[in-house]
Amino acid sequence: MADHAVVAEGEVDLDRRKFLTRATIATGAVGAAFACVPFIESWSPSESARAQGAPTTVDLSKVEPGQMVTPVWRKQAVYVVRRTPDMLARVAGHDGELKDPTSEYSEQPQYAKNPLRSRTPEFLVLFGICTHLGCLPKQRFSAGELGPSWPGGFFCPCHGSRFDLAGRVFNGSPASTNLVVPPYSYPNPRTLVIGADEKGAA
Amino acid sequence: MAVKTATGTAAAPPETTAPGAKEGWWAWLNKRLPVDAFMRSQVTEYYAPKNFNVWYYFGSLALAVLVLQLVTGIFLAMFYKPGALTSFDSVEYIMREVNYGWLIRYLHSTGASAFFIAVYLHMFRAFLYGSYKAPRELTWLLGMLVYLALMAEAFMGYVLPWGSMSYWGAQVIVNLFGTIPVIGPGVVEWIRGDYAIADATLNRFFALHVAAIPLGLLLLVALHLAALHETGSNNPDGIEIKEKLGADGHPLDGIPFHPYYTVKDMVGIGVFFVLFAIVLFFFPTMYGLFIETPNFEPANPLSTPLEIHPVWYFTPYYAILRAVPNQRMGALLLLLAVAVYLFLPWLDRSPVKSMRYRGWMSRSALALFALSFVVLGFLGLQPAQGLYVVLARIFTAIYFAFFLLMPIYTRLDRVKPVPDRVTYHAH
Repeated sequence: MADHAVVAEGEVDLDRRKFLTRATIATGAVGAAFACVPFIESWSPSESARAQGAPTTVDLSKVEPGQMVTPVWRKQAVYVVRRTPDMLARVAGHDGELKDPTSEYSEQPQYAKNPLRSRTPEFLVLFGICTHLGCLPKQRFSAGELGPSWPGGFFCPCHGSRFDLAGRVFNGSPASTNLVVPPYSYPNPRTLVIGADEKGAA
Repeated sequence: MAVKTATGTAAAPPETTAPGAKEGWWAWLNKRLPVDAFMRSQVTEYYAPKNFNVWYYFGSLALAVLVLQLVTGIFLAMFYKPGALTSFDSVEYIMREVNYGWLIRYLHSTGASAFFIAVYLHMFRAFLYGSYKAPRELTWLLGMLVYLALMAEAFMGYVLPWGSMSYWGAQVIVNLFGTIPVIGPGVVEWIRGDYAIADATLNRFFALHVAAIPLGLLLLVALHLAALHETGSNNPDGIEIKEKLGADGHPLDGIPFHPYYTVKDMVGIGVFFVLFAIVLFFFPTMYGLFIETPNFEPANPLSTPLEIHPVWYFTPYYAILRAVPNQRMGALLLLLAVAVYLFLPWLDRSPVKSMRYRGWMSRSALALFALSFVVLGFLGLQPAQGLYVVLARIFTAIYFAFFLLMPIYTRLDRVKPVPDRVTYHAH
């Protein structure tokens, strides 16, 4: 009580009152912050939503050369393109027109960080989601389809982003990075598994 | 009558105390709830400038549409079933099976566009007469928060029918958050509650659209009006009427809000609803402008509409987003395009409020800004290619120049002398 001796009988110790008020507010604020956690967490994907993100299997023997199939993994379209030798040739020769020709700033597993952006040259596996704002790029595989210098690739109808036949983005597109490559693997030459590779299921 | 004959003196205040106010149930009520006092201070003895013109209709119109949206929205919620599997069908059920369901839904969807028309004209009025300037900065800020809440409300409402454009519009807008450095992708997943826009997303947008945001909106509108009534309204001359008081202590150039402006606003609301009914009954989708054609197809995660663009009231900002060849910069510019309004009261350094007394610089700047807003709105509806992108870049530059150069040109501008009293001609 020695500290309070300076306060005369019947007077209010304002310092003490301020301290107690602030301590109460601080404690209450911490409690309120923790009380927010369950409500914020309720918005994160539920366990069942996460479970539905299991790997997807594609039978590659049913894909013709030059054809694209779009299996779904995690409710998102995945583009699987069986590239012909002609299409593969058209991936080269325009590195100067690309934003990220070596996929330095783009998202892909290590095994797809090469000029063709794939494990094996023939099959291209990409998320069918424009890296700009998530629309589905359309296939424009024929050379010259979008102007005389067009080497074939993908065109996003929403904001006009253009990608080549390795999913690499052209200069002048609103998208800044190449199309994302999901993790994938080939348990045998005829089967593609999207969402699982040597590192296990994503 | 006084208001008709006297141009220089204020109208006599009308009878404000109800007969028999001293006794009976009314007195009983007022001893417990200050109804009379509130009505006097906010309505019957709230003095508004007598020189309001046609631009002053849009505040009350916005309020009328807010009521319309609340009522029709409550009724729609009685028949709508949120969920990826049920939403689209329940909207069709409302349109085809529910008695007058089509009317209630079109009232709501047309009301959304009408709301933005009223709000944009209301905002333009503030630009025209400097209503955002001191002492009304807070009224302006609260109004801008109303506008932001309205944008969130409209966006989430548009997702609910779960049509193709609902889905892909949500995809584009939610992915804007993905451009935030580091935490972006996590935030996007948190908003969606799934790996893609899905049932979980739709359900939370429903909750926000029907409960959380309307509550916030109502609170903000109340605060907007409370702040307005504290300072009093601005007017086309930009003169503070409180500086010239009559012998009775009321502004010489003011008239009581009720009955003078309640009557005037009723006429405005009447005319508005005639026009509204024409749209409602003859052009409910406005040729794809109010309800876009792809939204009559159910949402399909594996099929993008040929052209994705938001409803017309967002397209100016959308054009700005698409004008930038870098996604993070585009999203940032979009954010700035909306946020810059908040700084308006401090960017404007003009000594006068109203455009009536400003010089050619402020006037042409405002004209260019209005033009850029309309042109960007048009460009946001066009495909993002060729000349459209070039134009979008030019008008984006004009849009931002209006705000960023404002401290300079409003100071350089030669202003005219502002009269002592408001300009008013009896009809």
